[in-house]
Amino acid sequence: MSRTLYDLVGLAAGIAFILALKGLSHPKTARRGNLIGAFGATLATLVVFFYANPGSSLPLNNLGWILGAMVIGLLVGVPAARKVQMTQMPQLVALFNGVGGGAAALVAIVEYLHLGAEATTAEVIFTVFTVIVGCVSFSGSVITFLKLQELMTTRPVIFPAGRFIIAATLVSVIGVGGWVVSSLGTTPLLVLAALSLLFGVLFVLPVGGADVPIVISLLNAFTGLTVAASGYVLDSVLLIIAGTLVGASGTILTRLMAEAMGRSLFGTLFGAFTAKPQDTSGAVEDRPVRSGSPDDVAILLNYARRVVIVPGFGLAVAQAQHTVRELADLMISKGIDVAYGIHPVAGRMPGHMNVLLAEANVPYEQLAEMDEVNPTFGQTDVAIVIGANDVVNPAAQTSPGCPIYGMPILEVSNAANIIFLKRSMRPGFAGIENELLYDPKTMLLFGDAKASLTKVVSALKAL
Amino acid sequence: MEPMAIVSIFVLAVFVGFEVVSKVSSTLHTPLMSGANAIHGVILVGAIIVADHSSTNLELGLAVAAIILATINMVGGFVVTDRMLEMFKGNKK
Repeated sequence: MSRTLYDLVGLAAGIAFILALKGLSHPKTARRGNLIGAFGATLATLVVFFYANPGSSLPLNNLGWILGAMVIGLLVGVPAARKVQMTQMPQLVALFNGVGGGAAALVAIVEYLHLGAEATTAEVIFTVFTVIVGCVSFSGSVITFLKLQELMTTRPVIFPAGRFIIAATLVSVIGVGGWVVSSLGTTPLLVLAALSLLFGVLFVLPVGGADVPIVISLLNAFTGLTVAASGYVLDSVLLIIAGTLVGASGTILTRLMAEAMGRSLFGTLFGAFTAKPQDTSGAVEDRPVRSGSPDDVAILLNYARRVVIVPGFGLAVAQAQHTVRELADLMISKGIDVAYGIHPVAGRMPGHMNVLLAEANVPYEQLAEMDEVNPTFGQTDVAIVIGANDVVNPAAQTSPGCPIYGMPILEVSNAANIIFLKRSMRPGFAGIENELLYDPKTMLLFGDAKASLTKVVSALKAL
Repeated sequence: MEPMAIVSIFVLAVFVGFEVVSKVSSTLHTPLMSGANAIHGVILVGAIIVADHSSTNLELGLAVAAIILATINMVGGFVVTDRMLEMFKGNKK
């Protein structure tokens, strides 16, 4: 196969990736777009078997190893993607991102070993970049995964003199990078990889649970850039285009998300350097709350004219999406105006709640975004908060010391009545007490969200 | 490749990326993340290229590991994105 044909196929795959991202501008075209992207990736992978390197003989060297490794990858990746529950999507995305970053770093290392003294300075600099960022992305994503899977604490991990350790690690990473460029040795590169892995861990540890999605998105952008840099070293236009697209999309998404959470990107990323011990005074914990029964809730709903449902991650954990839809349908049949108020970071990544509700076939038109629904809370009779906490916590507006201060919230406190469905008085993912629970117009319905909702539905049917 | 050609491709791709992604509906941000994720799995192409010209066992071993990881990233990413988008399609009755 000629180089020109190979490059043309690469270009076609690049266009397929652009179409894949473009398709996501509307749910109708999104699935087709993704299939086009998958087709482009498959095509690019097939073609490389006919032209891997200038003058490479066919079939490729080590063909058995290559195919065997791909089969292993398929056997791991496909079942994981098929079986994952929608609630666990953020973890899976973090993990897939991490392995991509790891792959890019490994590719750069192999190419470096292969080129040896023949590498140009520019190639070595790009290699150093890829190894650093790829390793940070890999180890950072693994820590993110552990936090989301709750295999380790979701609170920021801050150790004494942490900021100095992190700063020192960063300085040594850069220093060893310079050593690699000047010496072209193998040992310095391996030291660089090890230090970068360590830096990735240190970089993500101090990030609090609520900020983890921002980190996933940022690491996604990082991996994209490493792929683009490998494209330079391997002389592949396709890798440059694909990597840059992902880098750009990850950057935008990271910014959007930081805005939705009301924090500066800088503050999130360098939380490690500025982290202060949290104010964890438990002064509010012993105050009385008003709890109600499913019948009380049903009566309240029966006489409401407008109800807003605010779903949170707890809803998905309880697998109560279908029951919520049943309740919403029942209220609509009684002539009640029902909307879902969706916070942009409800769930554990942006748009996560939309995916979870889509799984339960909740019609699109009933989902209202924050800016749309906030002005209507004044005319809302009942706001039902199901398994959400941080996204309705007024502390984000009133207490400057708290970790979520400045995050835009769903202003359910403006509704005439608030119902909280909660399992316990345990605070949310960010670990902050919610004043709203003690508000006189708040009624709490304790128990598993699905069981409680089922009882509310039958009570409402009986009325 | 000419350095200027590479810089041009890079800058244009940045603009296309910004342009395309800023139009993505916020409803689809989760599939966007996983879809973009799948796209960088194309590093598989790079992993195959380096596996082809690996001359030592160390190089080959690292290249094989890279192929495994990249395949998981690419195939898993596209499959899971498709699964999510299929549910959104089911909405439009």
